[in-house]
Amino acid sequence: MPNSPSEPPRPPAAPRRIKVQRRGPLLVEGPVEVELEDGTTVSSDRFRVALCTCRRSRRFPWCDTSHRARSAGPGDGPATKD
Amino acid sequence: MEYDREGPPLPTPRGPLSGAVGARLRGTGPLPDPEAVAAASAYGDDLQLALYQCYELHYRGFAGVSPGLEWDPDLLRVRAALERRFLEALRAGTPVHESVADAVGALLVEPVHGEGVSHFLRDEGELWHLREYAAQRSLYHLKEADPHAWVLPRLWGRSKAAMAAVEFDEYGGGRADRVHARLFADLMTDLGLDTTYGAHLDAASAACLATVNMMSLFGLHRSLRGALVGHFAAVEITSSPGSRRLAEAMRRTGAGPAAEHFYDEHVEADAVHEQIVRHEVIDGLLEQEPHLAADVVFGIDATGHLEDRFGAELLAHWRAGRSSLRTPLPAAPRVPAETSHTS
Repeated sequence: MPNSPSEPPRPPAAPRRIKVQRRGPLLVEGPVEVELEDGTTVSSDRFRVALCTCRRSRRFPWCDTSHRARSAGPGDGPATKD
Repeated sequence: MEYDREGPPLPTPRGPLSGAVGARLRGTGPLPDPEAVAAASAYGDDLQLALYQCYELHYRGFAGVSPGLEWDPDLLRVRAALERRFLEALRAGTPVHESVADAVGALLVEPVHGEGVSHFLRDEGELWHLREYAAQRSLYHLKEADPHAWVLPRLWGRSKAAMAAVEFDEYGGGRADRVHARLFADLMTDLGLDTTYGAHLDAASAACLATVNMMSLFGLHRSLRGALVGHFAAVEITSSPGSRRLAEAMRRTGAGPAAEHFYDEHVEADAVHEQIVRHEVIDGLLEQEPHLAADVVFGIDATGHLEDRFGAELLAHWRAGRSSLRTPLPAAPRVPAETSHTS
């Protein structure tokens, strides 16, 4: 059904599901708008969004995989792509 | 006979196999002898380029070559012989983990003092390294996500829905200016590289061709759908941290906003894709087809194996102060990037 600007926004048909993991980001169906502590907002229209929960992300509030375990070895990981 | 007018030129042959395949595509000369295929080095320039030419017929073809040759039985027979040689070498040479959980778990650990290509580029990469890296990687990134799209009809249910969702994201979520292949072309423009599809084929090393040929091999064969899924998972899981280092390399060298944006986008996108591929694509596939677990492991570990070979080759050249390319790049016209591509 085509949307026209005159149509009022419809409420979502079902509650938005958020996937929670003990180790790893919150997975939320996009698009999302996130309000940060300072009152500013950031948004993402990706189909699924990974929100940082470890607070280590350098792209907070988005996950950048900084929660991963680290090894002391000098290797590049078994299959580091780049 | 109809010929493709668009498309890249056929590459310069690297030996008798690639020469014979190229001649056949031009409509002249006999195909290679199957015995010559069996005797060729599986990861060598000649076999890898011959195979790459066969596969390219399924993507965009070559200028002056009939698109009908994609399904030419004689050419397919040669392709099958080349694939057999390549796949046998991959299976024999790839150390594999015992289980999917082990293989995935190994990828989820980040080394504190990594020594891979992305670490090198972050810490000491110069613009000429980044240009060479982008030229070689353009063989994949200018068709980013295409080899993986072939697996969609071979999946169903949860794994299909999740794989399609990730591919949709790779293809820009319905927006042409966000297609990852397009973002990579923008990166190449920042680096002063020719963004024409196939422009850097002659420059790319055999080790680079092998990484792309593996994707085509896994993508085109339904029997290798488990390996394709494993390969895709390995790429998505390792991409985010690697992309962060490459984004830092682009920033430090002042490569340009589009160059930074390509890798910044991959840090975020692939942190999501990793989760979906692990929990939905792999788990969904193995729920339906548990017998494919060994293939998933093979796909993950074969990807690591070929990427390690390619990475070691790049670093060996660069540490010796030498170019990693087979043909030199034209000097970069340092045009300052004017367009901002930040999201």
